[in-house]
Amino acid sequence: MQYTDKEHAAFVVGFAKAVRIHNLAALLLTINYLIYVSGNFLTGNGKHYRVRRENFLSDLMKQLKFYAFGMFKGEKHPFPVTEESKFNPLQKLSYILAMYVALPLLIISGIGLLLPEITLNKFFGVSGLIYTDVLHITMGFFLSIFMVIHIYTCTLGARPTSLFWGMISGYHRDEH
Amino acid sequence: MKFSIIRIYILTAFILTGTVASAGIFREKNINLKAEDTLSFVSPFAADNERCFKCHGQAKYEYANETLGKQVKALMCSERIVQRTLFYDSNHKNFSCTDCHSEEYTKFPHSGELRMEQKLTCLDCHGGDERFAQYHFEGIDSAYRESIHFKLEDDGFSCWKCHNPHTYKISVRNNDNLKETIAYDNDICLNCHSDFNRFQLLTDRSEINIIQKHDWLPNQAAHFANVRCIECHTQINNKIPVSHLIKPKTEAVKLCNECHSQNSILMASLYKFESKAQRKDGFFNGIILNSSYVIGANRNEYLNLLSLMIFIGVIGVIAVHIFFRIRKNNKI
Repeated sequence: MQYTDKEHAAFVVGFAKAVRIHNLAALLLTINYLIYVSGNFLTGNGKHYRVRRENFLSDLMKQLKFYAFGMFKGEKHPFPVTEESKFNPLQKLSYILAMYVALPLLIISGIGLLLPEITLNKFFGVSGLIYTDVLHITMGFFLSIFMVIHIYTCTLGARPTSLFWGMISGYHRDEH
Repeated sequence: MKFSIIRIYILTAFILTGTVASAGIFREKNINLKAEDTLSFVSPFAADNERCFKCHGQAKYEYANETLGKQVKALMCSERIVQRTLFYDSNHKNFSCTDCHSEEYTKFPHSGELRMEQKLTCLDCHGGDERFAQYHFEGIDSAYRESIHFKLEDDGFSCWKCHNPHTYKISVRNNDNLKETIAYDNDICLNCHSDFNRFQLLTDRSEINIIQKHDWLPNQAAHFANVRCIECHTQINNKIPVSHLIKPKTEAVKLCNECHSQNSILMASLYKFESKAQRKDGFFNGIILNSSYVIGANRNEYLNLLSLMIFIGVIGVIAVHIFFRIRKNNKI
């Protein structure tokens, strides 16, 4: 929707069509999100998102150092995947921020834009839609960035495609 | 951490959705139409005009029927009623009824021939007069003559179909009254386009349904409340205060980008009154923000730049990472 005024450019659809696609995608995303949250609450999968305070920052730094230097020196993964702990500290933090902060804010602000009559008319003399829209596009942007990084980090497995296969099969292939 | 997240949710939900009641208060405030001098104004022709208003000022009138020798009560035809309060709040409030209508109307019963009298047009009084130069009546007339409405002149269309001379009040747009101006201006269109009794005078169509015709418009109610019909249905003309060239329906604006973009046509129409005094706070078309918000037309240039820089930064980091991975694999 950001680029729909360049309608004649390749791969760019018109605003009206973009709105329809956006609304449909939003509905599917919201339904998927509800399934995701329900799944985490109803099954044991939610435990993987629990963060422990002790050593949280130092573990995070360990993981960052591994991605920045260690993996190029052939070091072992500091937090290998196990049945009890499938996410490393960096994954945990980014997934919590993406799935439990950014995405809910994106959905709530999206509903506010979809139904402008329920959104605050004025707030400190400025239309409530501004806050809602800025929040929506900011969260949308960070989630897009998250998606790019997420897809890239998914290529950091034993082979570039092995983590993607793991998503489908449910099994993690060990690097060694 | 769990509590902080819940707090953020509650606050956001409150801001975004829990304020229907307060939004109602804002809307109620906006509805109050300004009637600055309606109460204090006394027409120099009040007494003269009262001779007409006595019968034409309300639905019921009464007269002495000399043939029958008794008082007769009757209902006034709705087209012949002029409400005093609206007239004395209108642009023509200083006039006597007989300034525009024949003096013969002061006699009762009115002569049947008076019905045939030629009605004045706007230019009969306002044309070529320096005092009204700022309103560009001649320009308005030229635009009107190219308008789809002009083609209906032979069927009875005239300036008065939109601008009732007894009630019309020019509305000068500003930030405080924009919503009222929108409602007032749209009411002029809807007066015929949502009332089949009036509409059928000028068309052979068997029905009108504004809501259905605008089905394609996303958030239809929000559009109807926040922009005027003329934003999409007229040709923009910077030489006159309000565009009067109504285009055929096939030429109406239907592309969302015409308004929802940085080059929003609203800047030359609805927000023309102050578009020269741009607000400088990083928003494109920031002046619109004073009274409303148009998604797509109010992008923030700083956010655009920041997002582009972050995106390039991320792609750059990934590229460097890929480079070292390839180098490591080659060493192996």
